[in-house]
This record gives sequence, structure tokens and C-alpha cells, in this order.
Amino acid sequence: MQISEKPGINSDNLGGFDANHPPDPKLIDTCVHCGFCLSTCPSYRVIGKEMDSPRGRIYLMDAINEGEAPLGEGTVQHFDSCLGCLACVTTCPSGVQYDKLIAATRPQIERNYSRSLPDKLVRQLIFNLFPYPNRLRVLLAPLLIYQKLGFPKFFRATGLLKQISPRLGAMESILPNVTLKAFRDTLPEVIPAEGKKRYRVGVILGCVQRLFFSKVNDATVRVLTANGCEVVIPKSQGCCAALPEHQGQKEQAQALARQMIDSFEGTGVDFVIINAAGCGHTLKEYAHILEDDPNYREKAKEFAGKVKDAQEFLALVGLTTKLSPLTDGELTLVYQDACHLLHGQKISVQPRQLLRQIPGVKLREPIDAALCCGSAGVYNMLQPEVADELGQQKVDNLLNTGAELIASANPGCTLQISKHLQLQGKEVPIMHPMELLDYSIRGVKLYE
Amino acid sequence: MIIQEKQQINWQPIIKQFEDVVGKNGVVQRREELLTYECDGLTSYRQRPAVVVLPRTTEQVAEAVKICDRNQIPWVARGAGTGLSGGALPVENCVLIVTALMKKILEIDLENQRVVVQPGVINNWVTQAVSGAGFYYAPDPSSQIVCSIGGNVAENSGGVHCLKYGVTTNHVLGLKLVLPDGSIVDVGSSVPEMPGYDITGLFVGSEGTLGIATEITLRILKTAESICVLLADFTNIEAAGASVSDIIGSGIIPAGMEIMDNLSINAVEDVVATGCYPRDAAAILLVEVDGLEVEVAANKKRIAEICTKNGARSITTANDLETRLKLWKGRKAAFAAAGHMSPDYYVQDGVIPRTQLSFVLQEIENLSQKYGYRIANVFHAGDGNLHPLILYDNSVPGALEKVEELGGDILKLCVKVGGSLSGEHGIGADKKCYMPEMFTEIDLETMQWVRQVFNPKGLANPGKIFPTPRTCGEAANAQSAKQFESVERF
Ligand SMILES: Cc1cc2nc3c(=O)[nH]c(=O)nc-3n(C[C@H](O)[C@H](O)[C@H](O)COP(=O)(O)OP(=O)(O)OC[C@H]3O[C@@H](n4cnc5c(N)ncnc54)[C@H](O)[C@@H]3O)c2cc1C
Ligand code: SF4
Ligand code: SF4
Repeated sequence: MQISEKPGINSDNLGGFDANHPPDPKLIDTCVHCGFCLSTCPSYRVIGKEMDSPRGRIYLMDAINEGEAPLGEGTVQHFDSCLGCLACVTTCPSGVQYDKLIAATRPQIERNYSRSLPDKLVRQLIFNLFPYPNRLRVLLAPLLIYQKLGFPKFFRATGLLKQISPRLGAMESILPNVTLKAFRDTLPEVIPAEGKKRYRVGVILGCVQRLFFSKVNDATVRVLTANGCEVVIPKSQGCCAALPEHQGQKEQAQALARQMIDSFEGTGVDFVIINAAGCGHTLKEYAHILEDDPNYREKAKEFAGKVKDAQEFLALVGLTTKLSPLTDGELTLVYQDACHLLHGQKISVQPRQLLRQIPGVKLREPIDAALCCGSAGVYNMLQPEVADELGQQKVDNLLNTGAELIASANPGCTLQISKHLQLQGKEVPIMHPMELLDYSIRGVKLYE
Repeated sequence: MIIQEKQQINWQPIIKQFEDVVGKNGVVQRREELLTYECDGLTSYRQRPAVVVLPRTTEQVAEAVKICDRNQIPWVARGAGTGLSGGALPVENCVLIVTALMKKILEIDLENQRVVVQPGVINNWVTQAVSGAGFYYAPDPSSQIVCSIGGNVAENSGGVHCLKYGVTTNHVLGLKLVLPDGSIVDVGSSVPEMPGYDITGLFVGSEGTLGIATEITLRILKTAESICVLLADFTNIEAAGASVSDIIGSGIIPAGMEIMDNLSINAVEDVVATGCYPRDAAAILLVEVDGLEVEVAANKKRIAEICTKNGARSITTANDLETRLKLWKGRKAAFAAAGHMSPDYYVQDGVIPRTQLSFVLQEIENLSQKYGYRIANVFHAGDGNLHPLILYDNSVPGALEKVEELGGDILKLCVKVGGSLSGEHGIGADKKCYMPEMFTEIDLETMQWVRQVFNPKGLANPGKIFPTPRTCGEAANAQSAKQFESVERF
């Protein structure tokens, strides 16, 4: 790439990338600067600046590689503003692998750029908390008390937290209601299949999913066993590594990935099933995450090959159970595409196909279905302003379809959308497709 | 910020003024951030702007333009930056006015079939907004998922559906403009017929040299009752070309008619992989017909007969939306897919009389061999608008210069057979030196007088469209350049 002028004085005299896997110039060169990725990029849609678009970020990576721009505040903030939703990868007609480029850039930032103190603290809090279910659980007790005492109303009404720090405010505002059940894992290690056994499958519970949405996990297990799967849930499983991986915490991600692989070792499962989109995407990337580890490289490949999203799996093997209607009349549903399913795993048909099998369900399609809702892992905690605008837009688009219920297959999206439904004073229920299938299989009506 | 000594512009107070208009967040001034604005869809020209300003309203645009006017600073408008002729290429020490945040659809009037939008609205958002009610916006450049209406107006963009319905200019009813002195004017109206000079028509296609459009009133059309796409594949490209002439000769006006050659077929199949286009075909012809049910059925039959008569190997048809989109998908991705085949590509955009098609294609093939670069051809066959894509590697020293020369030879060829330098991508920075091939001294002088009326100080997008002695050397017309010295100051 030729840049018009000689490198000038960098506005913050900082270095560039180090030699450990910088974004690959060969991948950068496949970008022809056509701009097709711009309008599908959620950060560009909100911020509107070239630097906050995929094309602009690739341009910046190239400039840093070439020593034309520093790895400093002026560039890092634009990598930080990327939601990692991978819509650009789906859109790009030149096949640019932006996912690889941003995955290479993030650890470079963590190694070679020193963040401001508050930024550092918030990040540390998140990375030391969310990937560890047991630590999260410790926090749950005060949270339960906090919620029961009515503090949330107080904080939300006065905007006090938001004034202290918009990020802490954002963190508080998406917290779901905690139930006592979140304090323990209730599922046994092996659950037999109902009827004839067709498969032996492992199930990954997910950190956020298991604490805040344990009923989704319960539903998933029931749907699987009802459809002839023997389910194995190793107690030693931890976090899938999605969170640290998406934010460039490479070593932490590798350690968690190894732990996950170990916990399924010797279980003899045919597939490993996950019902959270973000986790599924990372689990399928294990071969890449552990590519430099000679002891785990092969195991990681084998493990990743077995990972299937719950809906992908069920659509693949087919439902064998009878399905009953969820309501007395018709039920109009809108399915919310999670980025890590749609763009990350190219799964969009399967969930719709499963939902359509439920008698009485009418599926609606929203405008900008492929645009991120702003949740994107921990993005809504790190970049609250952008996330809020995306959340509002998403809720508007979903509700404009006139649907009575939203189906969402990712805990992050569910939290984000619930928050914005609440802010807009709308009372539309939001459920995981596995819950809907579970109701339908058990013949339970939704509003009973 | 880098400050250019020679011009001695003190940017800090000027930036402060911009910040007062659009807020701190609406101004980009860091060196590394400005880098991302140094080129548009044509990356062979690069120039970093001094400042980028992102207004949200007509008034903010007007204030920003006034600041430029007061300080004698050149400015360039930019939409999505997908232009292929370097129209939004900054000039040295300029302000780039970007419309990306002007993305509101201001008014939808279905009864009168019109929509009023801000310039940063993306082309296909217009259709998206009215499709539920059975309407659409006809001009559909391949870049429609990303290019802005403001950019479309400035380039008078066309698309595959412009054969029957006309290009952008046929769909713009009225404009709110900010002129280079910062004044706000309305031209055209909300009805299609207006007495007096057609100023709207003059502005459409002016490539940002006459001012900046801040509100655009567009005409929308009722979606046709029935639409059908035919895909015919041929073992030689002349047969595809002959089919095009025969179809038009028979009195049918298809909504769109496109040809892709073997190289481009393979390029898109590599990337989009829809499996629709046979990889061994010498050419495919895509024809879309729309209208009343009976009309479409009859035309479909006749077109299939004409293609078969000309030797088509197979014909696929699609009536449902999903399959139609699938058939079009490869064509729409053709340019970018070229980027997958080769490190760089250079798109040309010339127009020829339809009857010259096989001659010109043969000549392009000869040029390809002479220069030693592969050329993929995709074109709007119905209106003879060629898009040869020259594949090359920019990292090879001297390659770009040779490719530009080759591109120039193709353009000259188009003009020689009675065609034009540009179908829809505009002249911009890229083709200005070829203007004297097509226009006489007097033609060019007349055009410059027009520009002078709107843009007397030459601050709006200087150095575009017209040849300048500095960049075009011999090609520039010495006399007119002298006369317009003040215009070409930058
Ligand atoms: C892959 C690809 C395919 C393409 N296919 C087509 C095609 O099929 N048909 C076609 O016609 N074009 C095509 N183009 C070219 C390009 O998309 C069009 O020219 C488009 O109209 C440019 O819009 P933009 O918003 O990107 O404008 P920009 O590139 O940002 O600007 C283009 C010009 O418009 C001026 N401008 C922008 N906004 C305004 C405004 N509000 N008022 C006044 N002037 C303004 C700029 O100064 C500049 O001169 C293609 C481009 C690419 C990369
Ligand atoms: S769509 Fe792909 S090739 Fe085009 S600018 Fe974006 S990343 Fe680059
Ligand atoms: S991953 Fe999503 S947010 Fe990031 S550049 Fe791509 S489209 Fe934009």
C-alpha cells in the first residue's frame, strides 16, 4: 500500500505491532476498498466515521504495519469500537477474513498499548469475573439482596451510577433478575435418553447462561433427551473462553480452552452441544486458539469438529417428537439473529426451520435482521453509547414486525433486548428457541 | 496535525469554528484517523485531507461551507466513498465534508410517489422503506447496499435496471443545495414537470463541483406485478451480444440486460459460489423482464426463443424473489470478486454503440494481450455500458502506470467507435485527462463557464472533471486552462 505522505510525527509517539502474529498483510491486501461492508457494520452505522468501519480498521491495521500510524489512542479506540459481530465477513464480496485480522489485532493492543487507569480497572473487573461461574456466584448473593431491596429502581431512576461511570451504569442496567436457583447447578452428570438412544452428546452450560438463564439449559437438556440423546454434562467444565478471546486476552483464552477440552476427554460423546451463540462460535475456533500448542493442537481440532449449536444439531438430526401448539390461536414470532450464529457460524435457516415446525407459529422477518443488537459479549459494558443506540434500533425493528414474542438464541442478545424493551416500556416476552421447543414438546401452553 | 508550511493555513482556529458548528465529535483531525479518508473506491490516487467534518443538517453543511469560503479553503463532498473515479478524492489542504451522519428519510409520500431523503441515506434503504407498500426506487447500482443517494446524484449513477427506467437523473424531482458560497437554495420541485431551465438536471452528474445536495426528492415506482429473470449461457460472447441486439430489435425493453464473460463468471463463482453460472460458458446473458403477468409471460417466451436461435446452450428462468436474487447475486458482486482473483483491479467504464460490441470486445482482447494483463468483462449490455476490469498487482513497480495506459486505450477506443468516456462512474480525478478526446476546446470552455456560475472561487471539488495542465500535461488544453486560471488554483 502506498500512503500519500511520508510518515510524519505521530500524535502519540508510540510503537506499532510486535512480531508475534500481527495482522497478516496478505489478508489485508485482499481488501479492495469497495466499501460494501460499511452499511452492515453496526459501529459505522452509529458512529458514521470511516475509522469505525471495517474498511477503515483494515486501513489502520495496514498503516500500523507499514509504520505510517502508531498503535496509540487514535487507532486503538477504533479497534475497541468494533463489536466483533462479523457482519462484514458475511458481506465482503472479496472474501476478506476480517475475523482473523481483528483477532490478531486485539492481543497486540493488550500487549503493546497501555490503557488509561479507569479503562484498565473496568476491563480487569470484567475479565476476572464473568468467565468464572464460581466467582460470579459469590457476587450473586449481594446482587440478590441489592435487587430485593429495590436499589435498582433507585439507581435507574436517579441515573446516579450512570453519572459516576457510564460503563458501570451500563453493567448494572443489563443485570437480569437473579433467582435462588442460580446458586447451584442442578443438572446431573449423565441424563439418559428417552426412548431409543440415537446419540450420546455433551452439553456445555455457559457461564452467563448457567447463572442467569438456567431454565434455558434445563429446556435444552429436556429437548435433547426427548429426541433420543443421552446427555453428558461434565462437572469440571468452565468458561468456553469466548470473553477473553474476543477481547484479546490470549493466554487466558488458551487456558480456558484447554480446561474445556480436558473436561470432555474420555466421555465418548458424538457431539458437543451449546445453546449460546457466542460460546458456540468460540468453541468452533479452538483449533485456531490452540494452534501454537503442540500438546493440544490435534485434540483441539477434534473437539472443535464435534461442536454443534443446539439448533444446528436438531435441524441436522431431525426432531422425532410430536409438537403441540403454544397458544390457542396463531402465534406470531420474530427470530432475532445472533451475530455469532448468523455471521460467526452461518446459522440462520436452522432456527427458523425448527420454529416453523411448531404448529400455529407464524414467523416474521425484521428490517436489518443482520445488524448487531449492540450486546456483542461485553461490548455493551465497554462502549455503552453505541450499544444503546443499536439496542434501541433493534427493538424498534423487532417490534415493527408486529410479533407477539421474540425468539433469541443468545443470552447476551436476550439481556440487551430485554433492557431496551423495558426502557421503551414494552412488554413483549423474549424466549430461547429451546424453551419454545420444550414447551411445545411437553404440550404446555405459553400463557397458562 | 500536519501543517503545510507553503500555504500557511493556520488550521487550529478554523477547526475550532467547525467544532462550534458540528461539535467536537463531528470533526476528525488526528493524522492517523485522516488517513482512512485519503481515497475512495479507486485506491490508486491518495491524498490525506486536512480535516474531516461530519454535519447532520443542511444548516450545518451551509455553515461549514461558509467557513471554507471565508478562509479560501477548498472542500470536497463525500458520501460512502465508493466512487470509482476518484470523485471524493481529497485535494491537498482541503476539508472533506462527509454526509455519513445525514441519514434520515425525511418524508414518504406514497400517494404522490415521492420520498425526501438526506444525502447520506443509502440507496437500498429507500426501497426498503417503501417496499412494504409495494413501491421501489429504480436506479440500482451494484453498490446499492452501501452507496449514498448524494453520491448517486453527484455521479448520475446507473444500474442494471436503468435500461428501461432510466438513470438517477430520471428519478430526481428536486434538490435542496448548499452552494459554494454557503447559501441554501431549492431547485426542481415535487412534481416531474417544471418550466424554465432544468437546474436539477444540471446538478445531477456534476460530481460535487457545483455544490452539495442536502435534501433530495426522489420519485418511487410501483413494484411490477410480475418479474422474471432469464439466464442464458453461450459458448461465444458474440452470440450473447447478438441476442441483446435482437431482443431490443424485437421491440422488447427489458428492465435490465447484462453480460458477463468467462473470466468474470469464474471470479464470482469462486467467491459467491451460488453455482448459477456455468464455469465453462464463454458468456452469460442475464435478462430481467417486468410488467403485467401476461406481458412478462409473452416476453419471457420470445427472449428465450431469441437466445436459443443465437445458440444459447441452456436457459434458466426464475420468477420468485429468492431465486431471482440468487441469479443476480453474482453479477452484483462482480467487481469486488475481481479483487479475490488478483491483488488489485482497475475498472473502466466506457460506453459504445451496441452494434460495435463484438468489434470492441475483440479489440479489448487484443489490448489485453498487447499489455499482458488479464481483463474481465462485465457490462450493462442493453445500453452498451462496458466495465472492463483490468487485473494487476500494484506492488509490482510500474504496473499501475501501464494499467492506466491500457485503461486509457480502452476509453479512446470507446470514443473512436462513437461512444463515451463514462457510463456511470463519472470522470472525477481519473478520467479528466481524456476529456479532450471527446470534447472540443469550446465544449470544455462552455462547461467551465457553467461551473464558474455556481462555483466562482473554484473551492468546490477542484481539480476534477476538467483537464489541468499540472496533471494532464499535453492532454490539457492550454488555452482554456489559461482562461480559467482562477478556477484551477489548487
Ligand atoms: C464494487 C462497486 C460497484 C459499483 N457499481 C456501480 C454501478 O453499478 N453503477 C454506478 O453508477 N456506480 C457504481 N459504482 C460507483 C459508486 O458506487 C457510485 O458512483 C456511487 O454513486 C457513489 O456513491 P458514494 O456515496 O460512495 O459517493 P462518493 O464516492 O463518496 O462520492 C462520489 C462523488 O459524489 C460527490 N458527492 C457525494 N455526496 C454528495 C452530495 N451530497 N452532494 C454533492 N456531491 C456529492 C463527491 O464529491 C464525489 O465527487 C460502484 C462502485 C463499487 C466500489
Ligand atoms: S467489503 Fe471487503 S473488500 Fe470491500 S472494503 Fe469491506 S473488507 Fe474491503
Ligand atoms: S465485526 Fe462487526 S463491528 Fe467489527 S468491523 Fe465487522 S461489521 Fe463492524
